[in-house]
Amino acid sequence: MSAADQLVIDSATGVEVALPVVGPGGRAYAFVLDWHIRLALALAWYGSGALLHSTLTRGVASLTVPFDPGPAYFLGAVLPAAAIYFLYHPVLEIVLRGRTPGKRMAGLRIVTREGSAPGIGALLVRNVFRLIDSFPGVYCVGLVATLVTRDSLRLGDLAAGTLLVYERDRDLDLPGTAPRSVAPASADAIAALATSELVAELEARWNSLAGPARANLARALLQRLGEPEAATAGADEATLRALLARRGTAR
Amino acid sequence: MTNARDAARLAALLERAPDWQAARELAQRLGRGQASGIDEAARALESYDALARDLAIARRLAPRSRTREFLEETYARLHAEIHRPAVHAGDALRRMLRDELPATVRWLRPYIVSVTLLFVVATLAGAWLVHAYPGLISLFASEEMIATVERGELWTDSLLNVMPSSVLSVQILTNNIIVSLFAYVLGVLFGLGTLYIIGLNGLMLGGVFALTAQYGLEGRLFEFIVAHGVVELSCICLSGAAGAAVGDALARPGLQSRAASFAAAARRSGQLLVAVTLLLLGCGFIEGYVSPNPDMPLPTRLVVGFGYFALMIALLRGWLFGASRAR
Repeated sequence: MSAADQLVIDSATGVEVALPVVGPGGRAYAFVLDWHIRLALALAWYGSGALLHSTLTRGVASLTVPFDPGPAYFLGAVLPAAAIYFLYHPVLEIVLRGRTPGKRMAGLRIVTREGSAPGIGALLVRNVFRLIDSFPGVYCVGLVATLVTRDSLRLGDLAAGTLLVYERDRDLDLPGTAPRSVAPASADAIAALATSELVAELEARWNSLAGPARANLARALLQRLGEPEAATAGADEATLRALLARRGTAR
Repeated sequence: MTNARDAARLAALLERAPDWQAARELAQRLGRGQASGIDEAARALESYDALARDLAIARRLAPRSRTREFLEETYARLHAEIHRPAVHAGDALRRMLRDELPATVRWLRPYIVSVTLLFVVATLAGAWLVHAYPGLISLFASEEMIATVERGELWTDSLLNVMPSSVLSVQILTNNIIVSLFAYVLGVLFGLGTLYIIGLNGLMLGGVFALTAQYGLEGRLFEFIVAHGVVELSCICLSGAAGAAVGDALARPGLQSRAASFAAAARRSGQLLVAVTLLLLGCGFIEGYVSPNPDMPLPTRLVVGFGYFALMIALLRGWLFGASRAR
């Protein structure tokens, strides 16, 4: 289920959550980051492999492609570098469960249309379709697809049933969590309000609770509200209830 | 009074902030694959339920607060982790190869038959065209290849002189895998891209065989191809069948939306690509080490080729991984 620019997730608890869907700009940003990372990694491997190969075979460290490279050069320098470049997305998306370093930096992740992390099959299908999305070499097909589809999906996402959503890592700042309509309160005031709420709850549920249980709860609450223990220890239910009512009114 | 009660409820809700932070950290650990064990899984489920309750309250009491945003993000992240398919790659692969792949192959059977038929017809057409109009071979083969055949040699004769078997294997299997993947993904063009690739490959094969036949080299070409080609060409047809299913799902979505039909067909037929990729790795090895080896006699090549084909059938039927033969 999705509305414009957000993915609305149904859940077994009945509580829905809307995730912001990433548009073409966010996707392009993450892709550019990933492209630089994989290119750098591939070049680093190729350079290291080529230098090592030339050192071992010719005795000089050189990046020049040898005239007769041989299988060691191909299998040790060229092939792994190509594998890093071309398998970067499928491997990392599977290992990091729908994320890549670039997506992480851009604050994005891949989810299914149900809001869960995608499985291996979906991620493989998503990446196989890069062959078409990347046409003609600079992701023109993929970019056009993200511009014309409702949830900014490229063909790979359409095939795999996935999409990109924003995720934000933020720490909970307690003083800032109060709604704008409620004035900031001190810790004591918050605790007092919480106790007041408990008194109201106990009063409302009084008849549904067993006698000893409601008496014990009432004593605990009265002590929390400052009533001396001696005043509540031997008191009967009627007395406890009257004390609670007085305390509640006094608040 | 209502405001006081709501404020008190909100205050009580905020007392649970450390639990939310713990739930967020648990979701992050789950996301990184660092959490494990029954206890943490049970705690994730408890936190999920508790977060749902708190989120519902926060939405009512503080709909425009950061508390609500934080709870929504944490709840969504925990939802994603709880509903994520279990990642046991080995088990998943075994189950896929034993149960799901044979079912997919049965589902794709009409497409496999159709695409194979197309490939055979295209091969025959290519052979007839080059036999009847020899000049047309320039459409299917390079000038260098034609010149080599005209000298009474096969371009495959000197393969091992040009590059070692290991490099040749990797290059060949990479090329074959890319062709197969293209045959699959081009199904997105309502199947036409797939049919084009299959047809073109058939025409090329038939045309090249007709060219070699003109110089009496067709037997040697067959000898070169048979060890790897039986499975390799089958894999091209299987990938084409998967692509044709994707194209058919787009062209005739039935009761589903076109996008949903496409997604379902792509994911289901995509399983076949896993098997095809595995098989093409073997083909690359054979084509690098067995096929160009002049010391390898024809009977051995036939055994390798048709033995590997039998292995392919066993893989596609799930027999290699314990599926019953009764179906």
